[in-house]
Amino acid sequence: MKPKVAFYWCAACGGCEEAVVDLGESILDVVAAVDIVLWPVALDFKKADIEAAPDGSIAAVFINGAVRTSEQEEMAHMLRRKSQIVIAFGSCAQTGGIPGLANLSNRKQIFSTVYGEAPSLESGATTVPLNEHKDNGHTVTLPVFWDTVRSLDQVIEVDYYIPGCPPTAKLLAQAVNALLSGELPPKGTTIGPDYALCTDCPRKDSKPDKLAIRQFHRPSEIEIDTEKCLLAQGLLCLGPATRAGCESRCINGNMPCTGCFGPTSRVRDYGAKALSGIASLADSNDEAEISAILAGIPDPVGTFYRYSLPSSFLQRRKL
Amino acid sequence: MATSMETPVRRRITIDPVTRLEGHGKIDIFLDEQGAVERAYFQVPELRGFEKFAQGRPVEDMPQITSRICGVCPTAHHMAATKAVDAVYQVMPAPAGRKIRELVYSTFMAEDHALHFYFLGGPDFIVGPTAPAAERNVLGVIAKVGVEVGKQVIAMRRRLRELTALAGGKAVHPVLGLPGGVAKPLTEENRKQFQTVAADAVEFAKFTLSAFEKIVLGNGEYVDLIKSDAFTHRTHYMGMVDEKNRVNFYDGEMRVVTPEGSELDRFPASRYLDVIAEHTEPWSYMKFTFLKKLGWKGFAEGAESGVYSVAPMARLNVADGFATPLAQAAYEQYIATLGKPVHHTLANHWARVIELLYAAERMKELADDPEITSPKIRNIPTATPREGVGVVEAPRGTLIHHYATDERGIVTKANLIVATQNNAARIAMSVDKAAKGLISGKVVSEGLLNMVEMAFRAYDPCLGCATHSLPGSMPLYVRVRDRQGETVSTLQRDADGTVTRS
Repeated sequence: MKPKVAFYWCAACGGCEEAVVDLGESILDVVAAVDIVLWPVALDFKKADIEAAPDGSIAAVFINGAVRTSEQEEMAHMLRRKSQIVIAFGSCAQTGGIPGLANLSNRKQIFSTVYGEAPSLESGATTVPLNEHKDNGHTVTLPVFWDTVRSLDQVIEVDYYIPGCPPTAKLLAQAVNALLSGELPPKGTTIGPDYALCTDCPRKDSKPDKLAIRQFHRPSEIEIDTEKCLLAQGLLCLGPATRAGCESRCINGNMPCTGCFGPTSRVRDYGAKALSGIASLADSNDEAEISAILAGIPDPVGTFYRYSLPSSFLQRRKL
Repeated sequence: MATSMETPVRRRITIDPVTRLEGHGKIDIFLDEQGAVERAYFQVPELRGFEKFAQGRPVEDMPQITSRICGVCPTAHHMAATKAVDAVYQVMPAPAGRKIRELVYSTFMAEDHALHFYFLGGPDFIVGPTAPAAERNVLGVIAKVGVEVGKQVIAMRRRLRELTALAGGKAVHPVLGLPGGVAKPLTEENRKQFQTVAADAVEFAKFTLSAFEKIVLGNGEYVDLIKSDAFTHRTHYMGMVDEKNRVNFYDGEMRVVTPEGSELDRFPASRYLDVIAEHTEPWSYMKFTFLKKLGWKGFAEGAESGVYSVAPMARLNVADGFATPLAQAAYEQYIATLGKPVHHTLANHWARVIELLYAAERMKELADDPEITSPKIRNIPTATPREGVGVVEAPRGTLIHHYATDERGIVTKANLIVATQNNAARIAMSVDKAAKGLISGKVVSEGLLNMVEMAFRAYDPCLGCATHSLPGSMPLYVRVRDRQGETVSTLQRDADGTVTRS
């Protein structure tokens, strides 16, 4: 009997589903080797079908997206119960991802921005969506959103992680092959190389042995050399703090790494690690000078915690 | 039927979950005592608050951050944001940088439109609207048009996406956009790769159009279906046009036409707040846009209503044609067959294939332009950043990004009008009309399921990653309740097409 595999999404953009489809022609091999029992984006098996399946009957479930509603939490718990292996797929499931930046505000502030302050709102607009709305005897409901976005392992136990925004098709294929062969890494492993991106970087030969940065530039401010180490150009490239395995995609696009592959296994809080690493590159011992150098990094939280605020020690802004 | 149906009661039909949408879509249909539809609610229970957490971020990061709104059309958000950042910095892109952007954008449009046609919308026609649901998917398409064509579709998509990655680092969440241009020049070798794929894409688009003509237009029943009242709404339309009123996805002015086809407005994106506004309903997180000049008059069609529509059919309605010869010829045939403006929602499928042809032709034009390999790809901004609006035509319609910053270029306010919002009112009306056309009296027909499905699919609503999904038929679960909330009967159709009723 073919092993049963499920895919599910929580608070996500759909890019992780694309990453699965980007297996291209080889997705047909995957479909031939496993039984997909849930994949809402494509195959439409129902929640009821999963509910009816015996506990532990699914070999592995790939869950992408962060968790922000009760429905997502409920699905995560159910899929945990039904599955032998849970894989957090992509940045949002692993560390909270870009939707996790919503932890800098809360539901009330988001509502007031979207339904109260947007310049395109009709004049005199006071309507906000309600969880329960009665209209001519009809009751129409909407789900409730929590204040805080969480990573998957803050909600259920996770066995493996596949990093990236989105992950590469190659890493997904590697994970599927590991599942099919039964040669599984230790629980808790993040699938992918366990060293920093700089090791794989096509520009590594132009990285100075000792980086000393006198000024950080924003990519909007300078012409970017297509060959030279981006940090050596004064661009904030997070390659030194970020796990390899992305195939240097952004570097190949001539833009700095923004850290979507998260930390290596030796690091607990990606943002803190990246921040301290980058701060140490500032080439000065003078406080005023250091401030001037770091002025080139105008948004530390959005830069260093772009993909990982919910899973960091900070988790969210206290309001 | 159940005897409990004998007493006239008001009923409620819930279609939930409607899958193959990004996040979660839901439809609630309320019936009166006679079983006629009183009101249908098309709900979007999704909100992520990008406008809020954009605040405090450097504006040049917006192209990468907002692409995470949607992983299916990340390139659309990326480009709209990049153009808005140009405006914030008051910088014009360098000519080669501008051309690279449009080349990547055309590549993306071709890929996205092709996938919708073969994987999602097309099956209803190619396989047939009344074919067994289990066959009404891409596998059914392959069975109908041949395995070789199926392989071509998959290969074409892969090659187009590889090109986006070549120029933009990644196909999902590209990184090329910077104020004043792009991050990376194209080499001569890159240009040749684009030329090769573009030439194949034109042939592929021509093949797709001829398949559409043969299978759909050659079938009188399909043409009748397209023209049927159940799928027709007379609304306003909006889309982007060039200086000669031709369809343009990347640049130009917005044009609005009335249900009669005359111009109501023509405006640069920077004036969008004068022309459109958003209406909030308490039962959906998605805001409904409308034309300010006419005001929000509810979910109504006609010249007096502010409801308008976007996306392929709307774009062809607001334009006088296309700038490339093959697309222009196809456009002329489309208008000769359906008239103008076209109000038949299902015509979106045809318009989409014509746009696919335009995207491929435009790709080829740009790849043939030697200036595109110029190393001068950026104009570095020098002005103090302040406020700017960027617009593109996303596959699913007009997409507007608007940012205001402080003097360091840190976002203080962000406002986004996403493509499907512009269609939200009309989609809600289409669902309502399909329901009214099909539900009467006591029996909920199975045909409802596919008709509602088709009303949805024509818009290619970007609540979903459905455009690039694998085969599968949209499952539906219909529950009929009486006024006390007791379930009277249920009807379920699964992915394999099995229909069960209880």
